[in-house]
Amino acid sequence: MMTKTIFSGFGGQGVLMMGYSLAHGAMNKGYHVTYLPSYGVEVRGGTANCTVAVADEEITSPVSSEPDNLVVMNSPSLTTFQNKVTHGGIIFLNSSIIDARPSRQDIKVYAVPCGDMAQEVGNIRVANIIMMGAFIKKTGVVPADIYLKSLETIMGSRKKSAAEVNRKAFAAGYDFAKD
Amino acid sequence: MAKKLFSRPKSLKEAGFHYCPGCGHSITHRLVAEVIDELGIRGITIGVPPAGCAVLAYNYFDVDMLEAQHGRGPATATGIKRALPDRIVFSYQGDGDLAAIGIAESFHAANRGENITVIFINNAVYGMTGGQMAPTTMLDQKTTTTPAGRNKTLDGYPVKVCETFSQLKGPTYLERVTVNSPASVNKAKKAIKKAFQCQMDGLGFSLVEILSPCPTNWKMTSVAACKWIDEVMSKEFPLGVFKDNMAAVKKPAEAAS
Amino acid sequence: MTKVLMSGNNIIGEAAIRAGCRFYAGYPITPQNELTEYMAEHMRTVEGGVFIQSESEIAAIHMIVGASSAGARVMTSSSSPGISLKQEGISSMAANELPGVIVNIMRGSPGLGNIRPSQGDYFQATRGGGHGDYRTIVFAPATCQELADLTMNAFDLADIYRTPVMILADGMMGQMMEPVVFKKPKPRQYSEKFMLRGAGQGKSKFIRSLILDAIDMEEHNWKLARKYQIITEKETLHEEYKTEDAELVIVAYGTAARIAKGAIKRLRENGMKVGLFRPITLWPFPELKLRTLSKKVKNYLVFELSTGQMLDDVRLALQGYADIGFHGRPGGVVPTPAELANVAARHYEKAD
Repeated sequence: MMTKTIFSGFGGQGVLMMGYSLAHGAMNKGYHVTYLPSYGVEVRGGTANCTVAVADEEITSPVSSEPDNLVVMNSPSLTTFQNKVTHGGIIFLNSSIIDARPSRQDIKVYAVPCGDMAQEVGNIRVANIIMMGAFIKKTGVVPADIYLKSLETIMGSRKKSAAEVNRKAFAAGYDFAKD
Repeated sequence: MAKKLFSRPKSLKEAGFHYCPGCGHSITHRLVAEVIDELGIRGITIGVPPAGCAVLAYNYFDVDMLEAQHGRGPATATGIKRALPDRIVFSYQGDGDLAAIGIAESFHAANRGENITVIFINNAVYGMTGGQMAPTTMLDQKTTTTPAGRNKTLDGYPVKVCETFSQLKGPTYLERVTVNSPASVNKAKKAIKKAFQCQMDGLGFSLVEILSPCPTNWKMTSVAACKWIDEVMSKEFPLGVFKDNMAAVKKPAEAAS
Repeated sequence: MTKVLMSGNNIIGEAAIRAGCRFYAGYPITPQNELTEYMAEHMRTVEGGVFIQSESEIAAIHMIVGASSAGARVMTSSSSPGISLKQEGISSMAANELPGVIVNIMRGSPGLGNIRPSQGDYFQATRGGGHGDYRTIVFAPATCQELADLTMNAFDLADIYRTPVMILADGMMGQMMEPVVFKKPKPRQYSEKFMLRGAGQGKSKFIRSLILDAIDMEEHNWKLARKYQIITEKETLHEEYKTEDAELVIVAYGTAARIAKGAIKRLRENGMKVGLFRPITLWPFPELKLRTLSKKVKNYLVFELSTGQMLDDVRLALQGYADIGFHGRPGGVVPTPAELANVAARHYEKAD
């Protein structure tokens, strides 16, 4: 098994956090994992992205030629990365702010209105966690309970109420993707 | 039996100096060694000689020494002092070393108030390389690279280290002295002793600038060179204490302990 | 043994502190700032730990020279332009036989270049870099685990051979995260006779690289050369990956080797027998191992994130023994495994 995912969006949308939490969960599941973020001037007010590779064997290249999954939180990211996705791959897009849809017919597309859903949950900043709920449900890269445990570990010292909001947000995304 | 009034300091090795006749390095070396003897710190002192005329200082000082690259003495001394805070660390530097190629290292060690002592020989010329312009060369002074005399438009002005560093909050003790007469030599020794004492008391950065005769490159007799310091050089580089915060730094330190 | 997920820059910092590094001086430069920040944050939590943000790269290297002479385990880090500034001090460390670890998280160059991953400093790292007749041991880790292990080893080798050791990685290695396990460091073995700690009641010592007598200086050079010969014989490291049946072998190090492994996976899925020869020490370069491999494999492709620097060492090892091709992407470009696979496939077919 080898799954490569690119997460991309505006700086501030918690895109690197999405990748990092997935990588952490994969490590706790006992998988091999690499997390490769964009850095420096690229993330100063611009777009941020990261590549996460998860495998049950040695990961050769942390750089992805053709990611299996693409998670895009804004429109420019969709333009940049949609044609890299492998044949039969999946694109998750934040349909709250992305109007466009990929023209490719050989991939699956899940439109998750995670921005609107975050407002319903009561905190716009958890849109990324909602998206992770949908992502975990559809891809099963790591089991939901292990992912949530990692999320809690990462959030660690922060307030209990924040952990509760994250849990709620994850569940919202997870349930949304059931349909 | 006659009373012994003068002898080689214990902190100087039994080696003849290579310095030119009339050079201020030899006197300054002796003063530093005497001060180390008198303070009883030979066994805990680590010196940092420069690149320049004093590059062979490790052949003379009988204390542990690490030779620095040109200008880097204060950075090297910082490394030693921070690794071994209870040792006494001094950097010995010339004017090119301190005020030209190593001005950044010197300035920032001073600004950090690094608890080291800098002995700074200002002889207004590059000695070892054969008499080229130094950052402290006087206006109109002829050197091999200013054959028509130092030109303020082309070469800038003599760099005043004590004056400049005195504007920083970091340094604790800054004094400019000379070694061109028996009286000035005694005064210089007092300043050097105070600078080491400053470090021993943990009070921070100390620097003694020594206006030092260089008869060879000034193309003068030794006597004329000593006179030139009084009549010309010390007009541009006035002698005196530029900063002495020792008492002020000491008080809160004592209050804390 | 607990696994932790950390970025390369932080891993180097943690491994250094665990290995007993107690003196770090550095100057911020991207893409290695996380390492400087890690040392700032953690040096203050260990006994005797010193962190200095120096006024320049030059000051930083001379600060570690001083601290090394005083007996501390020392490290500095930077990225390409900053490493150029450190060369004076590295030459001085080699000449004075002072141990220390220098980390170069390479970026696109020459000049200011950019902050993207690159491998343009191979020549500088492996040929000494500064002035004079000396070499620096150079480790080129390719995984986060290797960053941890080789950083610890670097301190040990620096002490054993009393010489500067460089960790040569790139912006991608510095930023990438992988789970790592920190091994137990070996106890330090470094004699006090090499340290300056004040003469006490005894004889004073000095450390210097000024040797005015040419014959003496010649002997000092030969002494260093003999040491480098021993290092070459004993400390050369490399990895061979799927070379047993290979028709084509890619030679690559660090990040480029990771991309190469990805490419090899693709090529093998398409029935092409491709392997990898990965130098782990760039100096000493595993020249003899590579030449030995050429008895079996006659077709090689050197892949670097540069216009071809390690290529020279591969030629010294293989010229006349095998065919050598080259693919380079300098300037901060990181190609995908798919791109490299396409290049390798053309090279593979050419040899048939």
